[in-house]
Amino acid sequence: MATMSMVQAINSALDITMERDQNVLCLGEDVGYFGGVFRCTAGLQEKYGQHRVLDTPIAEAGIIAAAIGMGVNGLRPVAEIQFADYIYPAFDQIVSELARLRYRSGGEFFAPVTVRAPCGGGIRGGQTHSQSPEGIFTHVCGLKVIMPSNPYDAKGLLISSIEDDDPIIFFEPKRCYNGPFYGDPHQQAVSWAGHPKGEVPEVYYTIPIGEAAIVRPGSEVTVLTYGTMVHVAEAAIEKSGIDAELIDLRTLLPLDIDAIVESLQKTHRCVVIHEATRTSGYGAELIADIQEECFWFLEAPIVRVTGWDTPYPHAFEWHYFPGQERIIEAMKSTLET
Amino acid sequence: MKELTNEILNNLYVCMVRIRLFEENAGKLQENGKIPGALHMYVGEEAIAAGVMAHLSDQDQITSTHRGHGHLLAKGGEMDKMYAELFGKVTGYNKGKGGSMHISNLEVGMLGANGIVGAGLPIAVGAAFSNKFRKTDRVAIAFFGDGASNEGAFHEAANLAAVLKLPVVFVCENNGYGEFTPQAQHQAITDVADRAAGYGMPGVVVDGMEVIAVYEAAGEAIDRARKGEGPTLLECKTYRFYDHSGVRGMGFNYRTEAEVERWKKRDPLDLFKQHLLDQELMTEADAAALADSIRQEVEAAIEFAENSPDPDLSTLLEDVYTN
Ligand SMILES: Cc1ncc(C[n+]2csc(CCOP(=O)(O)OP(=O)(O)O)c2C)c(N)n1
Ligand SMILES: [Mg+2]
Repeated sequence: MATMSMVQAINSALDITMERDQNVLCLGEDVGYFGGVFRCTAGLQEKYGQHRVLDTPIAEAGIIAAAIGMGVNGLRPVAEIQFADYIYPAFDQIVSELARLRYRSGGEFFAPVTVRAPCGGGIRGGQTHSQSPEGIFTHVCGLKVIMPSNPYDAKGLLISSIEDDDPIIFFEPKRCYNGPFYGDPHQQAVSWAGHPKGEVPEVYYTIPIGEAAIVRPGSEVTVLTYGTMVHVAEAAIEKSGIDAELIDLRTLLPLDIDAIVESLQKTHRCVVIHEATRTSGYGAELIADIQEECFWFLEAPIVRVTGWDTPYPHAFEWHYFPGQERIIEAMKSTLET
Repeated sequence: MKELTNEILNNLYVCMVRIRLFEENAGKLQENGKIPGALHMYVGEEAIAAGVMAHLSDQDQITSTHRGHGHLLAKGGEMDKMYAELFGKVTGYNKGKGGSMHISNLEVGMLGANGIVGAGLPIAVGAAFSNKFRKTDRVAIAFFGDGASNEGAFHEAANLAAVLKLPVVFVCENNGYGEFTPQAQHQAITDVADRAAGYGMPGVVVDGMEVIAVYEAAGEAIDRARKGEGPTLLECKTYRFYDHSGVRGMGFNYRTEAEVERWKKRDPLDLFKQHLLDQELMTEADAAALADSIRQEVEAAIEFAENSPDPDLSTLLEDVYTN
């Protein structure tokens, strides 16, 4: 085992899949010669050449569309959208083409494209470098949507994604690229060294798509989240003394509803957390699912802790970002009912 | 085109020095951790904003880029409100909610810096349409980079502007790189202006380090637009002296030291200053006095920003909708 940051784990997943399968290639803005602005593709062009690690022009629609054409003919492109915030120029290609090819062709062909996109806030990126658009993509039939929270999961899930025949939007919570973030910007940043999920095998392994992970077992309330908020929630639970069960969803679509139901059968209470804005966010879908499956044994209204319904502000970042205090309050409110 | 009077020459120089000193100090403030987030500095490209904006009134509108401080300053932006915005203070142009990459001010005709590459181009086209629709002689200017010319938005904007003969000028600031990728790796042409022909408008290449050359070329394009003769694509060859983002950026080598030095020898401020000295329009003492007074302006603006309050938490949800 080696200690890896999430960046290194992603790099390792790309390296291993490219090594194993000649059809895997990477493309995106500054991914090749430069190695990616977050360094996720560092060294890969040197190793695999310019035709397997392509520097593209700044043209997101073109990147995704080209990946589709490649994928239809049996290549396995991993397209990097440099920040999730730049994915919208490619939205049409993702929604109208990538997601629907299999259905549209009556199952005859498909494009096994993985779209990697660093997402989330906490980096003072403001309106166009902080967003969490996962809920926009879970609304699109035909896509699978994944967001790991740590290096170990990132590697295993990315390998699974690249090998999967369905198109995948793979969101990487960039605030945790180099270490877990517990929600307090004044605390000294920590690295992944010493975190159990920073221990990553150097070899090939996979984590199945569609399986949630219990980060911390508990009995009083179930806390559902993913990405950076897993760590913030973990710290909040610790601080609160509440015996909460923390579930890292890891895959948003397909959702591991069984893990959720099982937990709620024990706790009967639930808090849902995400960085993304509230209205029509992924949390709404989660709560609807839970309501359908768990209504008769819920003992309190399910509470959401989310970003505010505003564009991501430059000022106020630490109010917008769901911090420990808001999470603790939410857990308490479910226990009081 | 306005004749290039001594007054205009002086204004051009003042404009360029203001941008340079604003940016140098913004860079320092960021390095000291006082300005949060990314800053894309305009150092090295000052002649373009100065030369273009000299032809515009507050009613003429521009769309800007992620590298937008110079555009706003040249368009009439005030340093105190700009620094305040970068700091995230309530006295900033956008109440601190926008920051460097999203700064705007309608009063001076600046429709916005933009964190999304290429996004401003078609918006300028719409602004130009409204000018024509209202039968004014106002123009719209879209600033964009060499990298942005590969986005679909550029092509849609160019085509629509040409077919509707709109009063817009597309000003390409070709600094040879889109982030860390050299132009030769992201497009198969050397002159972005070549693309104009494909849309049926003139494409003009100008030395973006020579403010007088920019002034003259921009003047012609803007005159054309005002007279109803349609859009122009004006490409200014330039170079950014700092890294893509921040002063030193991520510290990776993607340009050679020699290349940077070569361009710095053509520093637009030095070139223009020498011209003004040669023409005896300015003395070294004048230049020093001017720099001093602008330094004072910068210091006062930074002090204003630092002493301004953060926005009040109660306003967090404001301005998403009408009320
Ligand atoms: C839609 C979109 N894609 C990518 C980016 C990331 N990005 C920011 S600036 C930049 C380079 C832009 O290059 P250019 O247009 O030449 O402007 P320059 O930075 O050289 O001034 C990139 C790729 C972005 N902000 N928006
Ligand atoms: Mg450029």
